[in-house]
Amino acid sequence: MQAQPPRQDAFLSLADVAKQFGRFTALSGVSLEVARGDLVTFLGPSGCGKTTLLRIIAGLETQDRGRIVQNGRDISRLPAVKRDYGIVFQSYALFPNLTISDNVGYGLVNRRAGRARIRTRVAELLALVGLPDAGTKYPGQLSGGQQQRIALARALATSPGLLLLDEPLSALDALERVRLRGEIRALQQRLGVTTIMVTHDQEEALSMADTVVVMNQGRIEQVGTPRQIYREPASAFVADFVGKVNVLSAVAEDAGRFRVCGMSIGAVPGAPDVAPGTRVKLYLRPEDVQVNGAVGPEASRANAQVQKIEFLGAFCLVTVRVGDQQDQPLLVTLSRQSLDRMALGEGAPVSVGFPPECMRLLA
Amino acid sequence: MATLATPVSEPSAPTGSIDWPQRAAQALLLLACTALVLFLLAPLGAILVKSVQDKDGTFVGFGQILDYVQSPGLVESLTNTLFVAIIVTIVTIPLAFTFAYGLTRSCMPAKSVFRLIALTPILAPSLLAAISFIQWFGNQGALKGLLFGHSVYGPIGIVISSIYAIFPHALMIVLTSLLLTDRRLYEAAESLGTTRRRQFFTITLPSARYGLVSAAMVVFSYTVSDFGIPKVIGGNYHVLAIDIYQQVIGQQNFNRGAIVGLILLLPVVIAFAIDWWMQSRQQSQFSSRAVAYVPRPSRGFDLAMLAFCATVCVVMLAVLGMAIYTSFIKLWPYDKSFSLRHYGFGLIDGGVIDSYFNSLRMALLTALAGTVLVFGGAYLLEKTRGLAPVRTAMRFLASIPMAVPGMVLGLGYIFFFNAPSNPLNILYGTMTILVLSTVIHYYTSSHLTAVTALKALDNEFEAVSASLKVPFYKTFFRVTVPVCLPAILDIARYLFINAMVTLSAVIFLYSPDTKLASVAIVNLDEAGEIGPAAAMATLIVATSIVICLVYALLTRFLVTRTQAWRTPVAT
Repeated sequence: MQAQPPRQDAFLSLADVAKQFGRFTALSGVSLEVARGDLVTFLGPSGCGKTTLLRIIAGLETQDRGRIVQNGRDISRLPAVKRDYGIVFQSYALFPNLTISDNVGYGLVNRRAGRARIRTRVAELLALVGLPDAGTKYPGQLSGGQQQRIALARALATSPGLLLLDEPLSALDALERVRLRGEIRALQQRLGVTTIMVTHDQEEALSMADTVVVMNQGRIEQVGTPRQIYREPASAFVADFVGKVNVLSAVAEDAGRFRVCGMSIGAVPGAPDVAPGTRVKLYLRPEDVQVNGAVGPEASRANAQVQKIEFLGAFCLVTVRVGDQQDQPLLVTLSRQSLDRMALGEGAPVSVGFPPECMRLLA
Repeated sequence: MATLATPVSEPSAPTGSIDWPQRAAQALLLLACTALVLFLLAPLGAILVKSVQDKDGTFVGFGQILDYVQSPGLVESLTNTLFVAIIVTIVTIPLAFTFAYGLTRSCMPAKSVFRLIALTPILAPSLLAAISFIQWFGNQGALKGLLFGHSVYGPIGIVISSIYAIFPHALMIVLTSLLLTDRRLYEAAESLGTTRRRQFFTITLPSARYGLVSAAMVVFSYTVSDFGIPKVIGGNYHVLAIDIYQQVIGQQNFNRGAIVGLILLLPVVIAFAIDWWMQSRQQSQFSSRAVAYVPRPSRGFDLAMLAFCATVCVVMLAVLGMAIYTSFIKLWPYDKSFSLRHYGFGLIDGGVIDSYFNSLRMALLTALAGTVLVFGGAYLLEKTRGLAPVRTAMRFLASIPMAVPGMVLGLGYIFFFNAPSNPLNILYGTMTILVLSTVIHYYTSSHLTAVTALKALDNEFEAVSASLKVPFYKTFFRVTVPVCLPAILDIARYLFINAMVTLSAVIFLYSPDTKLASVAIVNLDEAGEIGPAAAMATLIVATSIVICLVYALLTRFLVTRTQAWRTPVAT
């Protein structure tokens, strides 16, 4: 994994956390620091260990080895009831036989808070999640998005130091998902509560997080800001999993240059010294490919032909064939306007250029 | 990794007493599992041990099993038992299937009435059927002529009484499998121009196949292990259940009894193994989103189904009615005037009525203790964590009772709890042992009901409670129990009714102080007191009906009072 600069204000720190389910390795030695007040997303395909890691932080699973320190307290072996967090699940997990008020106040009652005190706090939370009048209803009478807001209110009721969100938006429809995404982020920033959210949706992870943790096969692939994850993927997996990417076969030349699609490209940032003649892979986002007039003077030009245009609304995904390289179709994202302006159709000849500063060399 | 500014303590080494609620949950789970080992596994093991010992308790090996198995008497009983069970299965399954088919696929009127009548045999001890058929077809029988000189005492009586008694059990299983068929399959077939006949053979039958096999296995095992019917109407026709009784009670030959018990266990275990194997192949044939089938009117077919179901129901009412009638007349067939003497003189004056109150007490205790044990056990099994091996063991143990005939269980209890060396022998002859044996006997079905209800709950309730620092037992009482209340009441009713009618396990376990109503019926019948026997059976049926009504009212009341959340209000 990629080392993160040590932070003095780490609220939660995991050291070498590992978990095995029978012969399946869910987590193999994960270490991570979460800064106070941050919203961190665990992003990865299903089975990558992100949910297991969240459940270990919550004390719902026990790690085989490794240490967890939350707010200066070693919680590695503490049972869930002794830890300090609130949790929201994909399934909402609202108690169906209790009213919304009773659900939100569920954890407060146990703290022997006075009735009036509880009522005020519940009202406060319901207002906070934008459902001030839902108190007397039952969960079954609310929509999915409303139920998830209540689950959030319940998790926040006891003012936990840590908020855990386990795919909270996955059960909702697309519009509601986007709306609630913004609400959760705004609420989290307002309260300043350190939050960990598990998701397999990259758009959700990038749009909400301060820090994204990309996971794969029980390991952390990369930790970084959404921009870093997208612009500077640390591994082929990250480049491939987050967003679309062209993987280009290239051959190393002298002086840090690479031959790709008949062009000679130099000054790829972060590229290590490779012996000339070595076959390497270069990564390039579809939106970074320059087309026709946009091709910069520095970049070499290559002739290509449009094979297919996929209309996606505001953007179009154009597949082009560079030169005679049948096996390596190139994906290019163009806005609808520029597509119209260039009047490109299937079979049209275009020239493409690869800006070296946008390329990455990944093993 | 990074160095932290704040010093942190080493992980507190053993998890120890930090989380006592979870420890308590594990202790309770262990306790429930121990109870199953003690009251199910140990008695069954005692039978095995007993079967290879002689009367003095010294080991004589498997030779005596072989010797006994080859004796002509046993071979005859075994053949008889299998013969009767196979005939009953062959007749009952098509009857139950046709009945269920009528209920689900036709548009005949009064379906719910038919269904209700078809389920009435559950409320009565199997003895009632035997008594009633004696009244209809016995030596003084009203319809004796229909048998053309054959005697009802023997295989004929056993077969018809068993069919009556087991019919509702088969019906419920087949009905469920027919209800599960997806309407969209029929719509797809219709759009392809498939005939009704072909739809039946390509959609209906295949989807009901597993239900049919399951029902057949239940019918078969029930008939093999039932004791009351052959006792009352079997005459000199020997079956295994009677053999056990005679060996143990008549000749006090416990070792022989144990061997017969093992032999009785064998066909039943095979039947359940087949069922289990079929079930495991079934997988998820039906998605949970299956659309319910809605039949369309078809005059000829509906009329045929109506005629069939009505006939079955008339026969059922005739059986039940005859028993009730017998209890209210002076002496069949000589003096048919109305009289309460079988209740007054026959039951109350003779003190036989005490056994009814014993049964009532036993049934209440069974419903109470059983529901707590079954639901509590299922909750701990499904919703708490840790002790994985104990969970596996518990799941397995909970599925065993279904395959153990009552007589075998009762026999095991004698061997295990009557042993002087067992400190638990203080239970022997008490009400407690009757309650325990009955709870265990009916454990599997109740357990499955509880597990199904619990699985329908969100898996994360316990996790959410822990995050809110609410101990699990609070959530259990505040959320789990209220939400599962319908299932809990259902379990209590099931246990109560079965405790009222059970005979086979308790026949070995009652003492003079704890004699039960069903045992009293056997004794009355042996003494030729068929009127009081019918009166007792009628009392049991009446009690079961009352309990069902109480259950219905209670559920309705509770559903409106505490289950308001079940009816979503449009927002």
